[in-house]
Amino acid sequence: MAFSFLTIIYLFASVTFILGLKLLSHPASARRGNLIAAGGMVLAIAGTIFLYKDDEGKSLGNFGWIFGGLVIGSVVGTIAARRVKMTAMPEMVSLFNGMGGACAALISIVEFNRLAHHIHRSKDIQLTDIFPSVQAYTNWTGEMLIILAGLVIGAVSFSGSVIAWGKLNGKIRDYSFKGQHLFNIGVLLVILAMSSWMIGVFENANVAVFFLILVLSLVYGVFFVLPIGGADMPVVISLLNSFTGVAAACGGFLYNNKAMLTGGILVGAAGTLLTILMCRAMNRSLINVLIGSFGATAMQGAIRQQQGNYKEISLPDAAMVLSYAHKVMIVPGYGLAVAQAQHACHELEKLLSARGVDVKYAIHPVAGRMPGHMNVLLAEADVDYEQLLEMEQANDEFPATDVVLVLGANDVVNPAAKSDTSSPIYGMPILDVELAKSCIVNKRSMKPGYAGIENELFFRPKTSMMFGDAKKVLQDLVNEIKNL
Amino acid sequence: MESLLEKIATHQEYIYIVVLMIFLGIEVIGRVPSVLHTPLMSGANAIHGVVIIGAIIVMGKAGSGNYFALALGFLAVILGTINVVGGFVVTDRMLEMFRHKKPPQQ
Repeated sequence: MAFSFLTIIYLFASVTFILGLKLLSHPASARRGNLIAAGGMVLAIAGTIFLYKDDEGKSLGNFGWIFGGLVIGSVVGTIAARRVKMTAMPEMVSLFNGMGGACAALISIVEFNRLAHHIHRSKDIQLTDIFPSVQAYTNWTGEMLIILAGLVIGAVSFSGSVIAWGKLNGKIRDYSFKGQHLFNIGVLLVILAMSSWMIGVFENANVAVFFLILVLSLVYGVFFVLPIGGADMPVVISLLNSFTGVAAACGGFLYNNKAMLTGGILVGAAGTLLTILMCRAMNRSLINVLIGSFGATAMQGAIRQQQGNYKEISLPDAAMVLSYAHKVMIVPGYGLAVAQAQHACHELEKLLSARGVDVKYAIHPVAGRMPGHMNVLLAEADVDYEQLLEMEQANDEFPATDVVLVLGANDVVNPAAKSDTSSPIYGMPILDVELAKSCIVNKRSMKPGYAGIENELFFRPKTSMMFGDAKKVLQDLVNEIKNL
Repeated sequence: MESLLEKIATHQEYIYIVVLMIFLGIEVIGRVPSVLHTPLMSGANAIHGVVIIGAIIVMGKAGSGNYFALALGFLAVILGTINVVGGFVVTDRMLEMFRHKKPPQQ
C-alpha cells in the first residue's frame, strides 16, 4: 500500500517538473513555475525518506545521517544562494550544477561497491540460493552500464563545472595546448574502451579499472572546459547542466525511479535545446563552441593589428553632451555589472529623463555573462521594463540617436563582427552603435574585453572614451548634471 | 541479438518514457525568450537535483557498519541538497527581480 502511494507521489512530482519548466519559459508565470517544481521536489524527497521500500520490503534506515545531510545541504545552499551577488550568478549556477554531478557520481561509486560484493560472492554460491527473486531482477550488464554511465557523465559534469566556475570568477585562465582536441578524444576513447570491457567481462568486477575510469572522467571534464573562451562559457554551463540531467536519469534506471528518470531526461532534453538556442543567439554553432576558436589562439593576431588613436572626453563634457541630447541610448555591458553600477545607471537615466531627454537601454541578448543576465541586473535596479529595447529594435533606433553611452560593453558593439572575416566573433549579431551621431564608451582601460579582441569602434572619429570604473563615472556624471 | 531484443522488450516501458520525455523537454521550452535563458537554466539545474532521491536511497540502505557507503552517501546527500535548495532559491531570487516593477506612471 505504502509503495503504491509513493509511486503516486513520484508521478505527481514528475508532473510538477514538467509544469514548472513550462511556466519557467514565460516571463509572467516563471516564478510560479519555479515554486511548483520546488514543491514537487520537497514532496518527492519526503516521500522517499518515509515511504521507500526496497525489493525485499525493507524501509530505509540511517535517518540521522539523512536528515543531517539534508539540514547541512539546505543551510549551505540557502546561504550561498542568498548571499551571491547577481553579477556572480553564472558561476553560482555552474557550481550548483557541479554538486549535482558529484552527487550522481558518488551514487555510482556506492552502487558499484555493493554490486562488486555481490558478484564476488556469487562466484562460489549460486546467486539464486541467496536471493530467490534475484534471478529475474538482476541484470549485471544492464546495471553495470547504468552505473558506469552515471559515473562518467556525473564526473565530467562535476569537474567541468568546477573549472567553469573558476574561469568565470577569474581564478582559472584559458588554457590550451597543441593537439588538445586529439588528447580529449583519446581520453574519451580510453574511457569508452575500459567501460565496455567492464560491462562485457564484468565477472572481474575490477575496482582498479573502475576508479581509473572515474579519474579519467574527471580529467576529461577539466580539459574539455579549459580551452573554451570566456564568451562561450554560458553555452558550456548549459551543456553541463543537461549532462547532469542525464546522470540523474541514470539514477532513475538504477532504482526503477520514474521521478528521477523523467526529471533527469526532461532537463537533459530541455537543457540541450537551451544550449542550442543560446548558440543561436550568438550566431555560433555548438560544434564551433566546443572546438573553440574564441579563445587564446585567435587573440594574439587581433591585438597586434589595431593600435590607432582614440580620443578621450572629460566628465563635464560628457555631462553636457548627454543632457542636451534629444535621444540617448545606454548600452550596458559586463563592466557595468562588475562595478555593480546598475543603480547609479538608473539614477543617471532618471535625471536625464527629468530634463526631457529620451533615454532607452539597448540590450544585447548575451549582454552580461549569460543570455538574459543584463535584464536581471537592470530589473534589480528597478529600471522600467518598457525602456529596455531588444537588439533588433535598438538597431532600428540607433540612426536617430544623438548619443550612445556604452558602459563596459565590448564584444557586443564590435563592428568587426560584421566586417572582419578573420575575427573570432565574425558573424555574431551586434548592436550597431556606430550608426548613432556620437558614441561615448566607458571602460576601465584600453585592454580588450571578454573575448580578448581589440575593438576598432574605439578608434573611430565619432567615438570618445571615458575611462574609469563604471559606478564612479556614473556617480560623477550624475553630480555634474545636477550642477549644470 | 536475441538477448538485445529481449532486453528492449523487458524495458520497453522505460524506452517509451525516455523518448516521450525528450520530446516533451524540447516542446516545453521551445519558445523561451532570451530574457529568461538564465533563470530557466538555473531552474532546470534545480530540477535535475532530483538525483538527491538516489542519494537518499543509497544512504538509507547502507548497513550501519558500512562506513564507505555511509560516508559517500552522506556527502552525496549534502551535495544533492545544495544543488536542489540553492538552485530553487537562486532562481526565485532572480525571478523576484522581474516582478516588482512599479506601476506605469501617468
